[in-house]
Amino acid sequence: MTNAEVDPGEQSFVVPEAKEPRHLWRMVGIWFVLSAVLVPLYYFLVGPHVPPGTMTSAAESNQFDFNILFMIALPVLLAVWIYLGYSVVVWRASRPGAADPVGGPKARGHLGMQVGWIVTTTVIVLGLFVFGTVELVTNAGSGGGQGPNPIWTPTSHTILPVQVIGQQWKFTYRYPTFGGFESQQLVVPNDTTIAFHVTSLDVIHSFWAYQLSIKADANPQQDNVAFTTTKELGSVTVRCSELCGLWHGAMFNYGKVVSKASFVAWAKATEALTAANTKLLPPFAYTYVPDANGADGGYYPDNIDPYSNAEVYGATPGKS
Amino acid sequence: MTLTTERDTEVVYPDPTPPVLGGFQGLPSRPGWFSQHLGTAAVGAVLGYLLGHWLGNVVASGYTNVANSGVNAVAITGGLLLGVLGWLLGIGALNYPLAKMAGLEPRPDYESTSWTRYLRYTADHKVVGLQYVIGVLAFFFTGGLLAMAIRTELLSPSSHVFGPGTYIAIVSEHGTIMMMMASSVVVGPLGNWLVPLMIGSRRTAFPRVEAFSFWIFTAGYLVILSALFYGGFPTGWTGYAPLQTQAGGGMMSYLVGFGVIGVGMMAAGFNLAVTIINYRAPGMTWSRVPIFVWSILATSALLTLATPTLVAAGLFGILDHTAQTAFYVSEHGGSSFLWQNLFWFFGHPEVYIMALPGFGIVAEILPVFTRKPLFGYKVAAAGMLGVALLSFFVWQHHLFQSGINPDMRPLFMLTTELISIPTGFIFLVGLGTLYRAKIRFEVPMLFTLAVFFNFLIGGVTGVFLSDVPVNVTVHGGFFVLSHFHYTIMGGLIFAFFAGLYFWLPKMTGKTMNKKLGLIHFWLMFIFFNLTFFPMFLIGLLGQPRRVFEYAQNLQALNDFSSMSAFVLGASFLVFAANFVWSIFIKPVPAPANPWDSLGLEWQTPTPVPYYNFERIPVVLTDPYHYGEGSPPAVADLGQGGLVAAAASSPASVAEDPRPPAQ
Repeated sequence: MTNAEVDPGEQSFVVPEAKEPRHLWRMVGIWFVLSAVLVPLYYFLVGPHVPPGTMTSAAESNQFDFNILFMIALPVLLAVWIYLGYSVVVWRASRPGAADPVGGPKARGHLGMQVGWIVTTTVIVLGLFVFGTVELVTNAGSGGGQGPNPIWTPTSHTILPVQVIGQQWKFTYRYPTFGGFESQQLVVPNDTTIAFHVTSLDVIHSFWAYQLSIKADANPQQDNVAFTTTKELGSVTVRCSELCGLWHGAMFNYGKVVSKASFVAWAKATEALTAANTKLLPPFAYTYVPDANGADGGYYPDNIDPYSNAEVYGATPGKS
Repeated sequence: MTLTTERDTEVVYPDPTPPVLGGFQGLPSRPGWFSQHLGTAAVGAVLGYLLGHWLGNVVASGYTNVANSGVNAVAITGGLLLGVLGWLLGIGALNYPLAKMAGLEPRPDYESTSWTRYLRYTADHKVVGLQYVIGVLAFFFTGGLLAMAIRTELLSPSSHVFGPGTYIAIVSEHGTIMMMMASSVVVGPLGNWLVPLMIGSRRTAFPRVEAFSFWIFTAGYLVILSALFYGGFPTGWTGYAPLQTQAGGGMMSYLVGFGVIGVGMMAAGFNLAVTIINYRAPGMTWSRVPIFVWSILATSALLTLATPTLVAAGLFGILDHTAQTAFYVSEHGGSSFLWQNLFWFFGHPEVYIMALPGFGIVAEILPVFTRKPLFGYKVAAAGMLGVALLSFFVWQHHLFQSGINPDMRPLFMLTTELISIPTGFIFLVGLGTLYRAKIRFEVPMLFTLAVFFNFLIGGVTGVFLSDVPVNVTVHGGFFVLSHFHYTIMGGLIFAFFAGLYFWLPKMTGKTMNKKLGLIHFWLMFIFFNLTFFPMFLIGLLGQPRRVFEYAQNLQALNDFSSMSAFVLGASFLVFAANFVWSIFIKPVPAPANPWDSLGLEWQTPTPVPYYNFERIPVVLTDPYHYGEGSPPAVADLGQGGLVAAAASSPASVAEDPRPPAQ
């Protein structure tokens, strides 16, 4: 090994007129190899575990979308990081024999590079837009809240409506097809298309059924509809994801996806069990106007003196 | 040497035609403590507050008590508004218009060299810039302390340091303070200080408006802090409406505070936009304007055009609380969506108010430390204007899951993704400038490179958020929290510190300690990433924002993030120590052009004279002629010869023969 005998400092001194290496091609090479390795690794090792899982059609499609986006993002991240890393190593001023940069018009811009950059980013962005829109439309809104008049609806003819009522600081669920009974726990059948009708009695909440991949804001006096189709049995975490005041952090509960038969059994049993309570509730409606005299005990209109003269919005007056 | 000699023969002192900056002191001047300064402002604020509070109780006692709080919203609003007015009267911000109204001829501004000028209302943009430096740092450190409190609470999923009320007040205060700070953090200090020097002007277009913007900014700081004395407010910085209507006295501080800060933002933006358009020196054509000035122009346009929406929205909120209107009360015919739309119509341009100046700083610093011209100057300027324009068309992506018209969502997905094209230009510009450069790793350059690293992560995760299906999972969780900390803190705040380390030697005439600067940088960079990167995972795993309780299985990630956050917080102590040490305790005088920059602002002597330029310079070229053996002079400073660019003969600037400006 004769190379070992050569002083490295001397070496750079001896060859001052070395041909400039093709920096961009080197970077592209590194980038290509890394991307070709990391992207499939991500897809096969990480992809299947990405939240929100595969419990519903919305969750499946949202996981798929996340993975597609990540596989586009990863090469972009790698490209910039490799370029930055290469630059700070190869073009640092402290490097022996670092050449003075050449200014002038050539360093001020490169038409091909600029046009190429703009075209590439535009193509990626428009591609993402088309992809996102197709996914949104074909998956009946992908589990997001579509407002009172949803335009992308599921193809299934048997849709189970479940009403989600947010209030400070809990969610309750009403099942209009079972006499409008009210439950503190979210129970839904498997293999069923469900329409969540989300509304609020006071401030804005956001109904986030994590494993179902449903997120819809609960607005007062608005019915916000979100669809999904359940695919697997399991338990569901429900959290409020819009700041709603003091106990926002404690506004969570758990639900479950059960088989169709056990759901019907549960619903019928609960309907019978809570029949007396259901009578006291206001008739099922998509929105409710909270009783301004709510402090008197009712959360719903009792049709008795809803706004007394002494009433101030949100106050807790004694009823005269 | 010939240049220096030539200049000697022609310069006449003092300048025969000092520009009248316009007086603002209608009252006869009194020396020392009897004149107007920070102390009289404080007295004015207290008196104004007491008067307003009393008045509010007089006009509205008995029927406008805010629910559940036992406080009178009219009294609080009156107190805060008159307090701000008293503050402005006390500092002297209103002397000029009042004197004019009274038919008096206000005295012109005068040059002061006393340190007390930093405690006064002054029309010198360099003093205002330094006042802003201290102001935004105070703002930033206050918000940072609150962040430390948040991370302390989140150390454990179930045992608590704070009660839920205190915690939500801290979170809201942190967010609001940081947003208020971030919208002025570059425009205020660096924009006001640098823009006139960069465009060859002796002053900004409206020096009194510029000083007014600073003093009302400080008033806004006091107003938002006052929320803590009313028990805080529970809405976070977004102030969503039914919760806002329900909240107690602290909400008034939020609404009045944003209104007050908003007026300051409009004033600052308006002044700088007019300055840049009208006060450019001869020869400073649009293709020669430094890229930082382009970024400030785009930002100023946003400040001037977007902020009025916020002020109007805040006014509606104040009316809901005080005059019993129902703008945001849906059961009385209002709409909670109204606040969301108004707020985000301001709020999204606001996000770019907080991004564009950072782009300007990094693009301005890169050529200096790479010794290369800026790559794609026109692309960079066009990108900034493109971002500014598009930012008005993306706001509803904050409402993707809120129940807006569903067919709006693809449209806003498109506009949101489109805005990543001009935003991405900053990477084209940065990477192109680095190509075959000669990179000097000074502290400002390290911060600049960190901006590219951090903002890339922030930008790419933004594309995830813009995709409506993926948004279902990440909306309202820690993922989005991490995303905007990567863009605002990782982008803007890193760029701000790059700018501080870069320009402080010019602004203060003192050299910042490099060793402490390096410690600050590495601590901040490493622990910023260790703090916020885990939050992407925390968010994906299902933790919503602004919660004080979370799932047990997320404790390890949260603790890791908290520990890193504490070190991140400590890194700012290193900066504070460096700042105090290098500027006050052991100052080392800085050379006029320590980084060998070609920028016009560096061709002035240090400290910069009161009128910036003895003669209005004639700009000859753009400031990016790096990498050319002997770069052409950037401007004719009109002192008998061309001042050669500093890089080729720094001695001609350093050995300026004139007497010190003081």
